[in-house]
Amino acid sequence: MSDNPVAPSASSVELVSLVIDGIEVQAKRGELVIEAAERVGIYLPRFCYHPRMKPVGMCRACLAEISGPRGFSLQPTCFTPVAEGMEVRTKSEKAIKAQEGVLEFLLINHPLDCPVCDKGGECPLQDQDIAYGPGESRFVEEKRHWAKPIAISDLVYLDRERCIQCGRCTRFAAEVAGDPFIDFFGRGDHTEVGIAEDRLFDSYFSGNTVQICPVGALTAKPYRFRARPWDLEQAESTCMACSVGCRVAVQSSGNRLVRVAGIDSDPVNHSWLCDKGRFSFEAVNSENRLVEPLIRREGVEEVLSWSAALRTVADKINEVRSSTGPDAIALLGGARGTNEDAYAWAKLAKSIIGTDAVDAQLADGLDADLLLSLPRATIDETTAAKVLVTICPDIKEELPVLYLRLREAVVVDKVPLVELSPYRTSLSSLARVRVGYYPGFSLLAAKAISLPEKSREELTESVLADGGIDVNSIEAARALVAQNAPDGDGEGVIVAVGRPSLAEDEALVRSAVMELATAWPKARFLPVVRRGNLFGALDMGLAPGLLPGRVGLDGAREWFEGSWGKLPEKKGPDARGILERAAKGELELLILLGCDPLTDFPDRRLAEQALTNTPFVVAVDCFGTESARMANLQLPAAMFSEKEGTTTNLEGRVTRVVEKIVPPRSAWPDWMIAAELAGYLGRDLGFSSTLDVTEEIVSLAPAYRGLASDLSSFLKSGDGVVVPIPTTSPDGPFIHPVEPIDPMATPGISQIEQQGSPPRVGSSFAGGYRPQGGIQRGSARVIPKPMTGLEMDRSALRVPPRDGYSFRLISSRKLYSSAVMVRESPSLQSFVPKTVLLVNRHDLEGLGLESGSSVRVRSPKGTLTLPAVVDDSLAKGVVFICFGTDTQGASSLIDVSLPVNDVRLEVP
Amino acid sequence: MAITEAPHIVTADIDAPNSHTLEAYLAVGGYEGLKKALSMTPEEVANEVDKASLLGRGGAGFPAGRKWSMLAPSEVRYLVVNGDESEPATFKDHMLIERMPHRIIEGALIAAYATQVMAAFIYVRGEFALGIERLQQALNEAYAYNAVGRNIFGSNFSVDLVVHPGAGAYICGEETALLESLEGKRGYPRIKPPYFPAAIGLYGAPTIVNNVETVSNLPWIISHGGAAFSALGEGRSTGTRIFALSGHVRRPGNYELEMVKTTFRDLIYAPVLGGGIRSGRELKAFIPGGVSAPWFGPDKLDLPLGQDEVGANGSMLGSGSVVVMDDHTCPVRAAWRITHFFWRESCGQCTPCREGSGWLEKTMRRIEEGAGRPADIDLLLDVCDNIAPELGWPPQQTTICVLGPSIPSSIVSAIRMFEDEFAMHVKEGACPYE
Amino acid sequence: MGHFNSEVLQRAKELIALYPHPRSALIPLCHLAQEQDGWLTPEAIEEIAQLLDISPAEVAGTASFYDMFHRKPVGRYLISVCTNIACMLSGGRELLQHVSQRLGVAVGGTTADGMFTLEEAECLADCGSAPVVQVNHRFFSAMTPDSVDQLVEDLAAGKLSDVVPPHGVLNRVKREVGLQVPVEELVRQRREASQAREERARLAQQGQEGRS
Ligand SMILES: Cc1cc2nc3c(=O)[nH]c(=O)nc-3n(C[C@H](O)[C@H](O)[C@H](O)COP(=O)(O)O)c2cc1C
Ligand code: SF4
Ligand code: FES
Repeated sequence: MSDNPVAPSASSVELVSLVIDGIEVQAKRGELVIEAAERVGIYLPRFCYHPRMKPVGMCRACLAEISGPRGFSLQPTCFTPVAEGMEVRTKSEKAIKAQEGVLEFLLINHPLDCPVCDKGGECPLQDQDIAYGPGESRFVEEKRHWAKPIAISDLVYLDRERCIQCGRCTRFAAEVAGDPFIDFFGRGDHTEVGIAEDRLFDSYFSGNTVQICPVGALTAKPYRFRARPWDLEQAESTCMACSVGCRVAVQSSGNRLVRVAGIDSDPVNHSWLCDKGRFSFEAVNSENRLVEPLIRREGVEEVLSWSAALRTVADKINEVRSSTGPDAIALLGGARGTNEDAYAWAKLAKSIIGTDAVDAQLADGLDADLLLSLPRATIDETTAAKVLVTICPDIKEELPVLYLRLREAVVVDKVPLVELSPYRTSLSSLARVRVGYYPGFSLLAAKAISLPEKSREELTESVLADGGIDVNSIEAARALVAQNAPDGDGEGVIVAVGRPSLAEDEALVRSAVMELATAWPKARFLPVVRRGNLFGALDMGLAPGLLPGRVGLDGAREWFEGSWGKLPEKKGPDARGILERAAKGELELLILLGCDPLTDFPDRRLAEQALTNTPFVVAVDCFGTESARMANLQLPAAMFSEKEGTTTNLEGRVTRVVEKIVPPRSAWPDWMIAAELAGYLGRDLGFSSTLDVTEEIVSLAPAYRGLASDLSSFLKSGDGVVVPIPTTSPDGPFIHPVEPIDPMATPGISQIEQQGSPPRVGSSFAGGYRPQGGIQRGSARVIPKPMTGLEMDRSALRVPPRDGYSFRLISSRKLYSSAVMVRESPSLQSFVPKTVLLVNRHDLEGLGLESGSSVRVRSPKGTLTLPAVVDDSLAKGVVFICFGTDTQGASSLIDVSLPVNDVRLEVP
Repeated sequence: MAITEAPHIVTADIDAPNSHTLEAYLAVGGYEGLKKALSMTPEEVANEVDKASLLGRGGAGFPAGRKWSMLAPSEVRYLVVNGDESEPATFKDHMLIERMPHRIIEGALIAAYATQVMAAFIYVRGEFALGIERLQQALNEAYAYNAVGRNIFGSNFSVDLVVHPGAGAYICGEETALLESLEGKRGYPRIKPPYFPAAIGLYGAPTIVNNVETVSNLPWIISHGGAAFSALGEGRSTGTRIFALSGHVRRPGNYELEMVKTTFRDLIYAPVLGGGIRSGRELKAFIPGGVSAPWFGPDKLDLPLGQDEVGANGSMLGSGSVVVMDDHTCPVRAAWRITHFFWRESCGQCTPCREGSGWLEKTMRRIEEGAGRPADIDLLLDVCDNIAPELGWPPQQTTICVLGPSIPSSIVSAIRMFEDEFAMHVKEGACPYE
Repeated sequence: MGHFNSEVLQRAKELIALYPHPRSALIPLCHLAQEQDGWLTPEAIEEIAQLLDISPAEVAGTASFYDMFHRKPVGRYLISVCTNIACMLSGGRELLQHVSQRLGVAVGGTTADGMFTLEEAECLADCGSAPVVQVNHRFFSAMTPDSVDQLVEDLAAGKLSDVVPPHGVLNRVKREVGLQVPVEELVRQRREASQAREERARLAQQGQEGRS
């Protein structure tokens, strides 16, 4: 069936008036009666209707009498669009009888096992039956029986007896997630939700079906029987599992997190979450948390007091500063904390320690200057983009909810998509044009699709062919762009940019992105870089040459020095530079701020050498990660939901994260560790609460200035604010009011009054906004401008030709990479991918091998023996090894000093 | 007796040997209607059909000409012929498909020409294995004869026709469910509005759905003119139609009769038609138009076989199938069996239909099996009311399609006509007819 | 992949080509699969899913809506006895009981030798000859206990194998030609026809104006 003609179309904002229960209502043409009624406080029972999915009108709970050409008739209000002069009676005798009738019908076969059902207490069926049902059932026959819960995936159980056939889960899977692995089976009152034989509901989004199930038919393994809704406390927060920053309700019982649910944030996640974001809270509760400072002496870890630990670090810093100088100290990480954490550490590192060798990324993202300079798009804007272009890794694997939003833009809003990628991704099948290229040739592909005719003479068919690019795909892409964004300046074009492969130098894709930004000056960009609060960390200056608020060290030196004190003279090295120096023994002290280079840095050999050759390594972390265990000193840090603060997502949207539980034993928030450490260094960062840090950020960091004329109300605003704040707006930033949450759309979020995070004793925000003077802004009279424009090194790397014996390596992550949050979440850890080599059938046969047989992969850096699996979507001569697998995998083959990495395949 | 001399239109020559073959069909003037149609403009063809006042023979009785004229303008439009016949006691389309497949194809092509569709499909009930073969064979012959395909009979009109098998789901006879099914999906009826096939049909394109018998009339109408057709019958009910007679009559079978001119009494008792009640028994009740229709008692025997005449009396001519029950029939059991059918065949989308059908079925069965309670009668009526509010005619509905409100028809009829027999079941704790 | 034998695969592709959207061929392909295997095996579901570019759950879920598709093995002969109203009035229920006893299986069951599966059918649209029985969807009408016993005997003895082919309804007569008219040609033809219609309308209008 084609598009639902009932869905409101964006173009029509025409108003119609109708009468609902005697009330005159103005509604947008196309709006559904159920929605219009709700706006005037008239609630209709409902089950199949979900505001984020196409209506189907099949449960019939929302029936009301609606006037039509032939008088009044009972119609589903969730399916009927408003019309001029329409009259609706939701409370007439007939309407009430129909509603009660439906609720009675729904219960006749329902097991009513509420006392043992996870949903009991927050169940839309229960609630609406009490409110709209007949009160008593007259059904005396035997109920329908199904075998009690069956696992439809490793995360989700299905109890078919409780199912009311509303189709929300099946529609979500097919319509929203594009993973139609569950469907209705059977017919009539034997309709059941089911999976094909031996084909589990393996979807990154499966948890959403649990959340939107209006009964307890779908339950999530990590939550089953863990808590009862009335024992839960909840607060609205932001997920920090990736840089999308989905709005969530964090629910706890006692001092334990028990559940995370998606909140319907209009600009961000539409109530959806990925399963990683939903279930990785388990890591917070992990037994393996680092809970006390640990020092390693002669290979043995010993517990240390905080004061002894901080004294040790301070002494070390002082010692290095006076002997070798501050440049021998470096800081890696910071992308997993809050903005306040990052800000405090940036201030400590750059002003007190005096080093600019600071990087929140691990050479696995994009250049910080590039990320901060590109004109950014918001997620919402993609729905109205004229063309979407992607040159990035598989978005479903990196930023799953962004994938959902882009999928919606492409499928529902019909935004044409051009994909530039050296391998097929989850969006490939949705792309109008897919431009494939060999690893290393992203610049060529970018030029080919964006350069004006006259400038692309040298891009002949054979040059393109050398880059693995099909000239037809280029022509199709150019035609599509020309047709949809005819101005030629990129107006209306949104480009998703990221690192398609960790086995090639970042500079390669950087030059491609800059090429697009130059050719299309009006295009806007969405960065696809995964780590939690990476954008907050960069915005807070955790990168070489940067200071908080998206300003450069040089440009904003004067502005910051007044308050921060002396800053480093020149730009420091980035993560690769830091580790290269460390490997050469040029570093004395390395601080790892929630980062694990052994797992995450693309070149494991280099990371190993760096950690081994650095005399003193401090790891501030929540877990004893592989890298942390190599450190001399480990400092326990608080995690997600154990601290207050703000976070900045990939759009630049600043939202709040809340403290819901108390960190275990003596784990502290990162900002506090920085503040205390400063004290041991004889300095004062000026922070005694998170709010102090937030205040300094919004008054000092240029892009964040004016974020909140009233910080406490900003912190309550659900959807947050996108920075940089437009300085032109006289009223300051627009703050989205907190919308009441529809518990029916999002069952599992029951107590609306609990939203907006009530102030709690012990919360550092409890006192609200406290104006605090005393922040010095230096002598600069002109506020530095957040960076724009691309003043960067444009010399492109040369990609060497591949020799006839080797294969060019691509490596990229899956959603469940071996990162610590996944490994420490019992429900997720089994999803960490196994290491395999993907290779074209032709190439594998050339080696005389079959799919599944093992093959030795040799690079100058290392050797792996892996099973080879055929993947014909890969070009000949190209192999793919997933990054972040169960073993050391791809990172032990990659040499980050090379533009591209080639490997040899040998039969072992 | 008013069995008129009206010609047989859709069943003409159906008894000829090998009537399903092209050879036999050509021998009785087959495809002349199509040839004539192709010599006319599409509007002229549609006009003839409009003039004929041909009411749809699939159940709803909507005039075919009007339906065609409502087809939304669009480059891509489709025609679907509904051969899913599964309304219990209806067996006319089955006969036409097996024995007169060429007439269906010819009719479909005339309709396709008149409506200028891109492609046409004949959806045949899956259980008609022989019918599917015969129709496919006929279509193969028609292609070879250039009656279908490219530039039909040398004209400027081309169209392809596909025979599509169903697979056993009554609801797929409902036109929008049929379209879903034809799209390869579960046969879930769509909500009207907005999914009237003529506006948003197959693959979202405007689509005509016509019943097999409806299109089988088209060759005759084109050959003889719409006026000749509307001269038969009376009022809106023109022409002839097949009445499928079953149950306790001596001579069950399909009878093509002139509409309105004949009465139910004629159909059931005339020696050349039903021949009267079997075994010398008396008539207890009859269902005038498929099991979705409310029942009639002997007092309605003199009603004419006309759509409006039956409608005005609280039932419908529906698919034209008449089920006769003699005085030894247990009304509880009969109504229960019909309810059982709807329960099995509910598609399951709408709560009232999905759950209500099962509830009613279980309660009816309990009463029939002797475990009824006095309160059950009121309960049945109220549950019915929750599916078809107010239990009037034509029914109102709380459901998407009219399968839901069809469920109460037989239960309410049986209770209203034979309440004392329900009471007997309850009182005696057993079926008095066992 | 590779579950269909080459002939079935070929027919599957031909069937898919008949429809504007591949998924429309789902029911025909399930019939083909049953002709090959007797029932709808998980392997066939996988293959159909691939051919139609949808998920196996969508194929299986859709197929399970339709009574004729069996997701568990059924006997060589599926005997369907109608007990709906017209057949009921003519002894259909008793006939079903009779067959059940004769075969020694409950309704819905399959005989131990895998020969027969018995099911209760809804109206099979042959009510003029009630009670009606189908075997693999081939009609046997106006049955009596005696004639149905004879039928079972003949089937068991393999006497009716030409009358009653294996499961599926597409096996004996195949479509001989594919679609004859390419879409572009149809579009052109329809456009011309609609232009002609407009022209006629215009002339008619003129004619009327001329008269008035
Ligand atoms: C539950 C239900 C079952 C139906 N079954 C059939 C059927 O088997 N055959 C048929 O032609 N029409 C059937 N119809 C009617 C169709 O929806 C549709 O009205 C008809 O095919 C239109 O053709 P006509 O205008 O030529 O009658 C059914 C309707 C409903 C609500
Ligand atoms: S009324 Fe019954 S058959 Fe019709 S759509 Fe609803 S559930 Fe399906
Ligand atoms: S029919 Fe409206 S909510 Fe289900």
